[in-house]
Amino acid sequence: MEIFLQQIINGLVQGSVYALVALGYTMVYGILGLINFAHGEVVMVGAMLALSALTAMIGWGLSPLLALPLSLILAMAGCMLLGYGIERIAYRPLRHAPRLAPLITAIGVSIVLQNLAMMIWGREYHAFPQLIANQSHHIAGAIINDIQIIIIIMALVIMLALMAVVHRTRLGRAMRAVAENQHAAQLMGVDVNRVISVTFMLGSALAAIAGLMVSVNYGLAHYYMGFLLGLKAFTAAVLGGIGNLRGAMLGGLLLGLIESLGAGYIGDLTGGFMGSQYQDVFAFFVLIAVLVFRPSGLLGERLAERA
Amino acid sequence: MNKFLNNKIIYFVVLAAVLLLPFATDALLGRGWVRIVDFAMLYIMLALGLNIVVGYAGLLDLGYIAFFAVGAYCYALTGSPHLATAFPMLFPDGLHLSFWIVLPMAALLAGGFGVLLGAPTLRLRGDYLAIVTLGFGEIIRIFMNNLNAPVNLTNGPQGISRIDPIQVAGVSLNATQEVFGITLPSVHLYFYLFLSFTVLVVFVSHRLEKSRIGRAWMAIREDEIAASSMGINTRNLKLLAFAMGAMFGGVSGTLFAGFQGFVSPESFSLMESVMVLCMVVLGGMGNIYGVILGGLMLALLPEVLRHSVVPLQQAMFGKTVIDPESLRMLLFGTALIVVMLYRPAGLWPSRVRRRELDTDEVAP
Amino acid sequence: MTALLELTGVGKQFGGLAALNRVSLHINAGEIYGLIGPNGAGKTTLFNVITGLYQLDSGKFHFAGQDYQSTMPHLLAQAGIARTFQNIRLFANLTALENVMIGRHQRTQAGVFGALFLNRATRTEERASADRARELLRYVGITKSSQTLAKNLSYGEQRRLEIARALATEPMLLALDEPAAGMNATETESLKVLLHDIRATGVTVMLIEHDVKLIMGLCDRVAVLDYGRLIAEGVPDEVRQNPAVIAAYLGSDNE
Repeated sequence: MEIFLQQIINGLVQGSVYALVALGYTMVYGILGLINFAHGEVVMVGAMLALSALTAMIGWGLSPLLALPLSLILAMAGCMLLGYGIERIAYRPLRHAPRLAPLITAIGVSIVLQNLAMMIWGREYHAFPQLIANQSHHIAGAIINDIQIIIIIMALVIMLALMAVVHRTRLGRAMRAVAENQHAAQLMGVDVNRVISVTFMLGSALAAIAGLMVSVNYGLAHYYMGFLLGLKAFTAAVLGGIGNLRGAMLGGLLLGLIESLGAGYIGDLTGGFMGSQYQDVFAFFVLIAVLVFRPSGLLGERLAERA
Repeated sequence: MNKFLNNKIIYFVVLAAVLLLPFATDALLGRGWVRIVDFAMLYIMLALGLNIVVGYAGLLDLGYIAFFAVGAYCYALTGSPHLATAFPMLFPDGLHLSFWIVLPMAALLAGGFGVLLGAPTLRLRGDYLAIVTLGFGEIIRIFMNNLNAPVNLTNGPQGISRIDPIQVAGVSLNATQEVFGITLPSVHLYFYLFLSFTVLVVFVSHRLEKSRIGRAWMAIREDEIAASSMGINTRNLKLLAFAMGAMFGGVSGTLFAGFQGFVSPESFSLMESVMVLCMVVLGGMGNIYGVILGGLMLALLPEVLRHSVVPLQQAMFGKTVIDPESLRMLLFGTALIVVMLYRPAGLWPSRVRRRELDTDEVAP
Repeated sequence: MTALLELTGVGKQFGGLAALNRVSLHINAGEIYGLIGPNGAGKTTLFNVITGLYQLDSGKFHFAGQDYQSTMPHLLAQAGIARTFQNIRLFANLTALENVMIGRHQRTQAGVFGALFLNRATRTEERASADRARELLRYVGITKSSQTLAKNLSYGEQRRLEIARALATEPMLLALDEPAAGMNATETESLKVLLHDIRATGVTVMLIEHDVKLIMGLCDRVAVLDYGRLIAEGVPDEVRQNPAVIAAYLGSDNE
């Protein structure tokens, strides 16, 4: 029972991160019908930027309580700029090109970002400085620490805020209009290019937050961390129904739970044949299963008709 | 008539040049380079296989190297002493199947994986295939890395070594052989083996391209909805393309295992998939000769970089600032973007051939 | 006259919106059938249902003596419904000849084996297919080299190429989505001649058009859609007099 509860906690924490990244995929998909392959790398850049900023500020003698939010803001700004740039350079010129074209440029962007990161930050794993006293709490035999609590709460707050932006503001209305019908939105005076840029920037800001969360949680950052994370977050988005914001959140949390429960019990399930090193395999099988049985995802509806 | 004769002469010159290539390379650059050329041929085969999927049918396969891995591990398992460690009772010395028996099996197995992966995804939009294949490539690697326990099937990250060399008519290609008084070192022998396979792959690609099946693939690539409105069962044809590409990958993988005598998960990373994709895109999607050019260029690039970038940096900064490996990947990534933006048909596009000069008569 | 295509109570929803509301109509073998209606009346939706691009939500689909539950585009094409597209969808980077030969796909069989070994059957089939394709190109009046890439043809030629490609599938019913859109008066006139020719070969023709005058002059029977409902069906003169039709057209802009 303790193990079960512990896995639930771990799953929720991991799931919150997936959800934040999945939102980035789903927003872009909802508006452009495009899978932004490079999104995972934006998460990585966010983590790396935050790490560098943090190390520098601590070096200047700034208090960790000040340095942490400051470096987060810096990382967000950096990623927003990056997201904007990616869209302008790699996607916008190809908006009316064959489907294959933006997919290929997206792969190109990922490779470039990964290798640039490797040149700048090296191949090694970077330890994330332990900044705040990270107290552990015991609940019915399971352990949850402060950082994990903060991650879950922050993710929830951000998601609520995003929902508010999309459903309550002028910008959100414009986004929904563009998602519904780009041409019509343009005729109604919506600046479609601006909306798309803003969407990319919003998604990238969320990616930066997610990047910082992962690194703080595991105490590590690495130039290759974006790849698997991106793949899993995409799975989460598909699981929830790509293009659907609530779906991305639900899918993220669910995938986190599936992974952590699966990793916890796979040894028992397979009679010791497979161990937790197969954790990364779950996301993939979830993806295949969703695509086979419910390609529109849990909350999605309008995928089939859009051929 | 004169033109015909000219063509014949050109044909023979090219043929002679290709046949003499290992000797020329050996004499001019050293034996190490012949080995590099051999690898280049493997990559060309891989790229031609991916070209069927990406170039003809317009499907983005980002885990293509996984099929290469399936072929390689197939032969590594069945053509080495390794199975003795996993099943000592069953195979006290390993299995040691002949390469020529494993080859078709590996091709079928790789094709089977292709179908298994494609069937659920191919009825959906193309982007899903890209992601699923990306994931599949990663999964295969995870399995290769971890299937050393509880039964040691793949020997984990260390990989499988001592794979039997390929034999042709009872003659091992791993030793220097005398043929008609000409001494042929192992790398030369493999060159001719790979050359024959490459020619076969080119032939198959060419025939497919000019066929009813090839036209249907290209129709799907150009406009899927219009294609299905013409009575083309797009799902089945996409599956066929995907499986054929996977089979090509499996075949190249088997050759790779026999040539190298050793396989490990490291050879099948995502970066390899990207590199093969790069060859296809850069050379010119859908054009066999473009893809060959792309394959040749990119397979030789790492060596060229190793021999130019490192000494250059040493001379300029006194140390290596950027290692050639990441510079290569950086170039690949940039090339993918730049080519798609400015020259989407690649360096050697397929339709710029002298179309207008072709007669109206269709080739038989 | 027997009905080639019969739709009974066909409905199609998008979101909560009924794009088609219990539409019943039939197209007789050998006629030219026109479908008109104000903007947003559901013409294109109906067209896409008939050609299998949309699956119907309710109702019955009966074609050439068979009921269809699932209407995938390639199944309907094989059954004998060929179509063109309003915003021309050719295989742009393939030649005119190849475009039409792709239309022959469902009437030919060569598979991978034939492609690789080029056996006699395959060679004969390929030659016949190319010959038929060239014949069709001439028939629709494309005089340029058959090796011209589809994207390099003029607008009018592209429209004709689409018709040739559709005819290559040997359809019983040829469905045309606004074939005269963007054409000038002479081009439209020769299109009319072509459509009469096609009908004379025994192919049933169905078309959607914006240009009501063209439809009235060309079609044997006409159906009028408004707000997803069929409000009239009959010979042009009858439909012209129908008060519901007049109201529908006067209610919207004068099309």
